[in-house]
Amino acid sequence: MIEAIFSYEFLQNAFAAGLIIGVIAPLLGVFIVVRRLSLIADALSHVTLAGIAGSLYLSQSVASLALLNPLFLGIAASVGGSMLIERLRSLYKHYQELAIPIILSAGIGFGAIFISLAEGFSSDLFGYLFGSVSAVSREDLFIVMGVAIVVLVFVFIFFKELFVLSFDDEYARASGLPAKWIHFMFMIVTALVIAGSMRIVGILLVSSLMTIPVATAMRVTKSFKQTIFLSIAFGEISVITGLVSAFYLDLAPGGTIVVTSIFLLLLVLAYKKIMVSRKKGAIA
Amino acid sequence: MVAPLIDIQDISFEYEETKALDHISMKVEEGDFLAILGPNGSGKSTLLKIMLGLIKPSKGKIELFGVDSKSFKNREWIGYVSQKSNSFNSGFPATVKEVVAGGLVKKTGLFHRMPKKTYEQVVEALEAVSMEAFIDRSISELSGGQQQRIFIARALIAKPKVLILDEPTVGIDHENVQAFYDMLARLNQDKNITMVLVTHDVDTVTDRITHVACLNQTIHFHGYKEQLHTMSDEKREAWYGHSVRKIHHIGGSHT
Ligand SMILES: Nc1ncnc2c1ncn2[C@@H]1O[C@H](COP(=O)(O)OP(=O)(O)OP(=O)(O)O)[C@@H](O)[C@H]1O
Ligand SMILES: [Mg+2]
Repeated sequence: MIEAIFSYEFLQNAFAAGLIIGVIAPLLGVFIVVRRLSLIADALSHVTLAGIAGSLYLSQSVASLALLNPLFLGIAASVGGSMLIERLRSLYKHYQELAIPIILSAGIGFGAIFISLAEGFSSDLFGYLFGSVSAVSREDLFIVMGVAIVVLVFVFIFFKELFVLSFDDEYARASGLPAKWIHFMFMIVTALVIAGSMRIVGILLVSSLMTIPVATAMRVTKSFKQTIFLSIAFGEISVITGLVSAFYLDLAPGGTIVVTSIFLLLLVLAYKKIMVSRKKGAIA
Repeated sequence: MVAPLIDIQDISFEYEETKALDHISMKVEEGDFLAILGPNGSGKSTLLKIMLGLIKPSKGKIELFGVDSKSFKNREWIGYVSQKSNSFNSGFPATVKEVVAGGLVKKTGLFHRMPKKTYEQVVEALEAVSMEAFIDRSISELSGGQQQRIFIARALIAKPKVLILDEPTVGIDHENVQAFYDMLARLNQDKNITMVLVTHDVDTVTDRITHVACLNQTIHFHGYKEQLHTMSDEKREAWYGHSVRKIHHIGGSHT
């Protein structure tokens, strides 16, 4: 495998992008999970699909756009979708979750139309839906790196604010934090991560890389910082194991990555159960 | 003359259809220990939220430390403990230490990391609420009353000049309620922290407070607690309705 990485550029791209995503997706995922926004990640990934399908269709029908990287329109759609979700959430104050099915189905709807309009898309489509080891280009890798820099800078600068805001929204506003702005930026950064992770994990499984490692970490951690570090660790283990097995077994990496993370979750749940029953045994 | 810390000038507020506050004016001076009393739904929490800038009044204006609240920047001077911290996200993976340190968020500005002495400040704030033994515990594993004390420590850590508390003792057991109000009285007297407290524990707070405000959409009384007995029976009836007997004896009046 190591040799293969040195000799094939596509493998280098896939691994480098995978390692980066393994950090940023769970990092942002921790905030998404504790703020109960997990499903929003799902909605945004479907909007990204619409953007990518639209871009592929445009590149076929408009000659000057033939070389446009579909990720750009995917990112644009995702960011636009995140703003629409916020708009809908403030319109339906008491039914905030309504924004999710609306945006999610809009994403699939537009995606389906563009997919059927574009010709010969079906082979690429599989890669976009479930990820691909071979399709990550250098340009894709650079886009992922750009996204990662934005995410890391954002989280580094606003860590305390994001923490307080996620923990207790009212208290954060009473302390004078510009809660609206931070939330708005958070949504945009989330949209970026989703669009950036999509090449490796695939649209249908992006949100799981943001949530499953976090769900796993939360079972065993007490502190917020621990939760972040452990989530990233579980994320990386899933990405590396998933990519290696995808390469050797010729499977879609989205599938192998997510199945690995589910496996880790089950392991941790079992470990937790054993520890608890041992403690109970010790007391009795 | 020193400007009042909180100066509410003719404020009204309504939620969509419900009128909550009707032409309220009130000043809180430095060193006051003010208890805001009133029946359920009388607008107490709403008034506190307006003081905190969480909601904007539809009429009137409010000055904080002599500055119009719209341009007031030093929010860290005002500590807040909300009613039964229902806004807090239960099940959150954070330790008591992290939650309390969160109270410094406005003090340590953007880009600044938490200072080294944060740990000592957290311990000090926890000692004030007798919770220092819980510093490394997970917040979601504490009882409601213990959590409430942690939120008070979070408000104290930024060393506020005013502490605004909305029914802070809900969920705290009887003995600890006494200890809790003693603690507030100490902070008020020793550290000169001005207190604005919404409560239904009228009997318990009487000895500790200096001022009383009787609120029910409008202010029916505001002044030194000793003067409360000058409030006429009609006014009491208008303020609290039939359950008025319970609070009759504040300020040394008849029962
Ligand atoms: N978010 C809201 N939306 C609509 N109406 C509200 C809202 N919050 C409060 N109200 C209404 O405003 C009025 C004042 O409510 P407020 O919460 O200020 O009362 P309170 O004095 O704090 O009561 P309690 O003692 O029960 O805490 C009530 O009639 C209430 O029904
Ligand atoms: Mg209230």
